[in-house]
Amino acid sequence: MKYEVVMGLETHVELSTKTKIFCGCTTEFGGDPNTHCCPICIGLPGTMPKLNREVVKYAIMAGLALNCDISKISKMDRKNYVYPDLPKAYQISQYDRPLCERGHVDLSNGRRIGITRIHIEEDAGKLVHQRGKTLIDYNRGGVPLIEIVSEPDFRSVEEVVEYLEYLQLTMRYIGVSDCKMQEGSLRCDVNVSVRPVGSEDFGTRTEIKNMNSFTNISKAVKYEVQRQIDLIESGGKVVQETRRFDDSSGVTESMRGKEDAHDYRYFREPDLVTIFTDEERVDQIKKLIPELAHKKLERYIKNYGLSEIDAKLLVKYKRVADFFEESIKDLKSCRNCANLILSLIFSKFETEEQKEKFEIKVSPEAMNELLKLLEAGKIRNNVAKKTLEEMLESGKRATDFLSEEDLKGLSEQELKAVCVEAVRSNPNAARDYLDGKQKAVKSLIGFVMKKTRGKANAQLAEKFIIDIINSKN
Amino acid sequence: MISRIHGLLKARKISCLELVAKYLNKIENLNNPLNAYVNLTADFAIESAKNVDKKIASGEDFGLVCGVPMTLKDNISTKDLETTCCSRMLKGYRPIYDASVWERLRLCGSVLLGKANMDEFAMGSSCETSCFGGAKNPHNHDYVAGGSSGGVASAVGAGIAAFGLGSDTGGSIRQPASFCGLVGLKPTYGAVSRHGLVAYASSLDQIGPITVGARDAAIVYDEIAFKDEQDSTCVGKKCSAVAHLDDEVCGLKIGIASQYFESVDSDVERLINDALEVYRRMGIEIVEVSLPSIAHALPVYYIIACAEASSNLGRYDGIRYGPRAWEYEDIHEMICKTRSQGFGEEVKRRILLGTYVLSSGYYDAYYKKAQLLRGSIIEGFDRAFEKCDAILAPTVPTTAFKNGAATLDPVKTYQTDVCTVPVNIAGLPAVSVPCGFDSKGLPVGMQLIGPKFSEARLLCLAYHFERLTERCFFKHVDGGVDLDEI
Repeated sequence: MKYEVVMGLETHVELSTKTKIFCGCTTEFGGDPNTHCCPICIGLPGTMPKLNREVVKYAIMAGLALNCDISKISKMDRKNYVYPDLPKAYQISQYDRPLCERGHVDLSNGRRIGITRIHIEEDAGKLVHQRGKTLIDYNRGGVPLIEIVSEPDFRSVEEVVEYLEYLQLTMRYIGVSDCKMQEGSLRCDVNVSVRPVGSEDFGTRTEIKNMNSFTNISKAVKYEVQRQIDLIESGGKVVQETRRFDDSSGVTESMRGKEDAHDYRYFREPDLVTIFTDEERVDQIKKLIPELAHKKLERYIKNYGLSEIDAKLLVKYKRVADFFEESIKDLKSCRNCANLILSLIFSKFETEEQKEKFEIKVSPEAMNELLKLLEAGKIRNNVAKKTLEEMLESGKRATDFLSEEDLKGLSEQELKAVCVEAVRSNPNAARDYLDGKQKAVKSLIGFVMKKTRGKANAQLAEKFIIDIINSKN
Repeated sequence: MISRIHGLLKARKISCLELVAKYLNKIENLNNPLNAYVNLTADFAIESAKNVDKKIASGEDFGLVCGVPMTLKDNISTKDLETTCCSRMLKGYRPIYDASVWERLRLCGSVLLGKANMDEFAMGSSCETSCFGGAKNPHNHDYVAGGSSGGVASAVGAGIAAFGLGSDTGGSIRQPASFCGLVGLKPTYGAVSRHGLVAYASSLDQIGPITVGARDAAIVYDEIAFKDEQDSTCVGKKCSAVAHLDDEVCGLKIGIASQYFESVDSDVERLINDALEVYRRMGIEIVEVSLPSIAHALPVYYIIACAEASSNLGRYDGIRYGPRAWEYEDIHEMICKTRSQGFGEEVKRRILLGTYVLSSGYYDAYYKKAQLLRGSIIEGFDRAFEKCDAILAPTVPTTAFKNGAATLDPVKTYQTDVCTVPVNIAGLPAVSVPCGFDSKGLPVGMQLIGPKFSEARLLCLAYHFERLTERCFFKHVDGGVDLDEI
């Protein structure tokens, strides 16, 4: 029998607000254990949460970017469960009145993934196992999260990965999260079930947890789908349960069954007041949302005539895209700029994180200046490259070290003279050429380039050199 | 009381240090039988008194509560001073921050004599669920001071604290005030900051004063009711209560709801009728109002309070503070044992009840229904206040219980909260005022209930009642500090 996979995602995104969701502690990652804590985030008796308005704003931004309706009236609830990393024995979250509802993401294959809801909540601390002892670090406790819950609309692993990449890119674009899977600022649980192709009913689902990279998600889902199909094929039944993915063995294993599922005993958080969001506020927040990556991509391809590959690489990092757009102001073509960024500048970075940060010594204005020289033909491509190298190194502007001579360009007359000199001082090369060794011309062009400090037009030089050699004979 | 102490300090009739020494001396004599204080903060009090004396000597202006020796219920967090909620679970716990109300009073110069006894985590009506044993009624030591703020009422009633702050979740300020012949004010939900109050039921809890007389209650209320950023539900007071004490009351309307008198002792009912006469004499019109929805108040209260308590008390696991069980195999057993050993019977009962009513499958039948009824109780009061300015009702159907009686039958004891809980459910202010004594000589209290943020009016009505009855319902108890001797 042929099977269809049905999946739904619960994605946690850590918001990058400066302070925690209910107190003034920093949200910075790391730090010595229990140094980013206060009576509120460790839940000392008598403390009360204070909702950080920035968190609401960020969550609404996320909601708007994912085409959600923003709830006019929303509230916080308590999700009760006991675990040592949860100091109040309840997580303040949202149950039946989430901040955002009914959004969607469109995939490249034309399918639309529904977003059921986005709600805000606090993160828990971390257990640290050390030399047979268990210690607790509450630094992460109270860091704001949004949970993005999708509809069970996914039909393939590829769709899941594309969706997650889209979320990651979008959250980074609107600046609400750095979405680093390794640091846990993007986490995802996948609900997986299979059903015979054509069936309307959903199969029994399992929830997979503990995947910390896109690769692992891919592996875990593939494993789980096959496991479920094998189970059904061999006459077994899938049981509803939570499974964890084991990175080292690449398999999913049962964590807890349905009967052990938590009864969270949700009820309204009495220490916090209702969150009212009027249209005016939503409009204000809308203005804070920049052009999103997929729109940019469309524009780069359509208006700038960039290839899809190049455009994708440029929009992948918002800072790069911003730099690109500022650098090409008043230019006829943006090709040179795209090429220089993608080849030269990108080669300076080793990690994605560095590209994300895009810390370079060249300002967009300086880049623009350089590109204008190039476009005006005052310098040639190779000079531009060399110059940019030096700019990246020293932080100086092109005009700081390009001499008058450099910028003057080279007349045909002058070029011809240099070519004559090249042929005269390399009689062997000329002979070789006449003997049929086409390549010999290259060394002569090299001579010309060196002599003119790269200002020469190589094609023109080649033509001149060949003419000179031929005319001599 | 507070004004008199202020006058004595101002006239330099006595220094604050001498006054505090007098109180500490009397506490030493009386606290053994009364068990009002569970933790004396004598050194801290002496230090504070010295600072007050310096301030007075410098000629600086000082407020009414400055230099006044007082007490706090042991669920109000005091920085560096043990705050136990009278539970084994919090023995040795010293908060690292001050509750907002205490921070304010401390900055005003109030002198904390010690932390007062209470029912464990404020769960109880007799103070006897305290892990330190109950506090005694200063009028007769065979009877309880009431609960849960029993220690505060016992201390203020006995004259070993000039005033105190309690907390009221279902009557825990008003009931002990009534039992001990004192004024107890439960402010509007949101008038006084709860920040630093160890939570029992967050949507019902309010801090308020227990004092000798309405003027003192007004003075303390004015000081502790302010908007506090630390408590999102707190908006502060609408107006000063002291400023309105002398307002004209002629022409106001007091409502009487028969539902409040259904199971009330005859002594109590008689004394409340007498009080109505007093109000009539002031030119106040007495009108009938109906509050049928309060018939459900008791179950609604116990469902909501226990539900919230089960969540609020989940954090006591012995991991971060408080005592931890000794022997355990794993973290689960450690938490189980710690909680089994740390909590008393009544607290366990309410955690279990609360967990049950929130559980899936029972939520709709209990918690959800209780929330709906909460709405109808609020509406009931709203309608009643269209017809009157305040409602007069008994605070408790009875006078103080005999020691030990309340713990015998928990459900019967729950039923004695019938008159106090509706106010908490609706978030309204209410003040209990002494209105006489029963045949055993035990104090009887009546409560004035008003619309939200009507504390000033309620205290004004209470104050007028005291004046017209020449404060004859405040009975002096021997043994405490006597300001007349100064």
